[in-house]
Amino acid sequence: MEVILQNLTKKFPGRDRKRREDVIAVNDFSYEIPDGKLIGLLGPSGCGKSTTLNLISGLLKPTSGKIFFGKDDVTNLQPENRGIGLVFQNYALYPHLTVLQNILFPLQNLKGKEKLSKEEMKKKALEAAGLVQIEGLLDRKPGELSGGQQQRVAIARALVKRPRVLLLDEPLSNLDARLRLETREEIRRIQKETGITTIFVTHDQEEAMSISDEIVVMKEGVVQQIGRPQEVYDNPVNLFVAKFLGTPPINVFDGQVRDGMLYIGKDGVLPVKGVADKAVYAGIRPEGFLLQKDGPLTCSLQGVEVTGRDVSVVSHNPAALGPSVRSIISAEVPVDTAKKEVRFSLKPGKVCLFDKTTEQRILF
Amino acid sequence: MKREKSDMGSPRGWLYLLPAILFLGVFMVYPLIDVFIYSFEEGYNFASQTYFGTGTYNYSYVLHDPYFLQAVKNTFVLVIITVPLSTGIALLISVGLSSIGPLRNLFQTVYFLPYVTNTLAVGLVFMILFQKTPYSDGLVNLLLSWFGAGSVDFIDGPWGAKMFVLCFYTIWVVMPFKILILTSALASVNRDYYNAARVDGTSKFRIFRKITLPMISPMIFYLVITGFIGAFKAYSDAVALFGTNLNAAEMNTIVGYVYDMLYGDSGGYPSYASAAAIILFAIVLTITCINLLVSKKKVHY
Repeated sequence: MEVILQNLTKKFPGRDRKRREDVIAVNDFSYEIPDGKLIGLLGPSGCGKSTTLNLISGLLKPTSGKIFFGKDDVTNLQPENRGIGLVFQNYALYPHLTVLQNILFPLQNLKGKEKLSKEEMKKKALEAAGLVQIEGLLDRKPGELSGGQQQRVAIARALVKRPRVLLLDEPLSNLDARLRLETREEIRRIQKETGITTIFVTHDQEEAMSISDEIVVMKEGVVQQIGRPQEVYDNPVNLFVAKFLGTPPINVFDGQVRDGMLYIGKDGVLPVKGVADKAVYAGIRPEGFLLQKDGPLTCSLQGVEVTGRDVSVVSHNPAALGPSVRSIISAEVPVDTAKKEVRFSLKPGKVCLFDKTTEQRILF
Repeated sequence: MKREKSDMGSPRGWLYLLPAILFLGVFMVYPLIDVFIYSFEEGYNFASQTYFGTGTYNYSYVLHDPYFLQAVKNTFVLVIITVPLSTGIALLISVGLSSIGPLRNLFQTVYFLPYVTNTLAVGLVFMILFQKTPYSDGLVNLLLSWFGAGSVDFIDGPWGAKMFVLCFYTIWVVMPFKILILTSALASVNRDYYNAARVDGTSKFRIFRKITLPMISPMIFYLVITGFIGAFKAYSDAVALFGTNLNAAEMNTIVGYVYDMLYGDSGGYPSYASAAAIILFAIVLTITCINLLVSKKKVHY
């Protein structure tokens, strides 16, 4: 089922006595979500991603704009009539019911023609439980389950009615690091198996990038960029997106373009054709640095962190906006820690230029 | 959990417990044991501190005393009617309160007023509402007459009418506390449960029965237990409405009977009073145990 958002806007009345103006949580959001894809809504807290999810679920009504599921206009439908499954951040499993009763709960609400017999209900519930692999836990109460197991139960409960769209609100934020890795694979697998269009909200860019077909980066209610994760990572439209994606984050320098050459401090580091002479922000991904004896970019060495697979070199450059410059180098290249300075050359594809005032990307 | 053995016998630990133990011992445990002993001492006399002998005569006297049987009947009727009714009505009002937006604080205050009002003052108001005097039939009788019903003497009339007033009064007095507890219990239920239920298309009634009730069941259970105990100990309410000579009014309660046996006009019988008190203690203990047993199945913590 495609989900189509048309100029979706949500304003909340201002609560502050001094500032009565509305808070715009989602601002003019248009997006056509293709059928059967896994979409990550990504942004820092307060960017409107959860509000967007709640608008799609129907728990909130948009101030303006429309939502379509396929050809159906669902903008004015109540949540229960939209055919959605929703997984809450805290799972919202009914603590007094067993796992099986929790999964059965949505089915028992069906009325009239849709009403199922007890056997059918049980069959469907077991099917959903099988999908998320919790068949062994059906008689337990949610309180007796681990966070990851609760998450699975919540997904099973959301899936048992075969929703047209599955919505997940911060699905991994309550899990520890190892479970997070496991569960995100799990969500990916379940989504692939069911083919249900799935939208999930997260503030963790790694989570979004690793499993999404497409990601939507939001900031202060405004969509910044939509695209496949790698595409957004490689070609951020502005400085915010560039900074938000990637761990370790992108290194941003004060730069200057003169005669088709990018200067960081006094070092002319990279030829940039066709860019007018002006001051710019130069963003360099950590993997965009190459250690080179006579490389153009000189930084003073602060330390080297070896993480097994690769080495990250922490150095300092007066033109960098952050306190340090972090670069990731293959572990096979030896780093002379006795030296006071390191010299890098840059991979052109890993360098992005941004306008100083608009912070928009400058292509070269 | 593992406990170190030395912790149990630590004199410092006992020192910390001493104030509580002392007070509980002197004012709770010792009197309880004393009353228990009194109840087996026949014809105990305060003044001379003497008694004729020991045995179960006090119990047999009390259990055959028509006033006591009347008091037991009154108490049980009061308990059986007021506890479920007051809890049920309080639940309805709390649910109503938590689902209205404007004027909520006003209504909350109104419902809480009886709690801060003096029992005797309230009793006076109820007398004005219900009592028949040579000059007026009371407000309630006035209302009744509008509907064509005959006038009833609620304060000095038939037992049923008087019991009705007592129950009405008791429910009205205990309601505010229950509403207070239940509204806060309702407010503490995570909204996500309701949202989850809404997304699943759960009907309002089913949400209430399957989600709200189980979620606040510990609080309801608390109210039922304390309600039972409070109703069994009812006394001042009856005095406020029917005066001190409750035996004559057929409106005595068990606690009232105990008090009368000690200090009333027919008083001065500590042995009988003790026996009646122990019987009440046994009744309350039994009911509470039954409550606890039932709650294991119905209450979800």
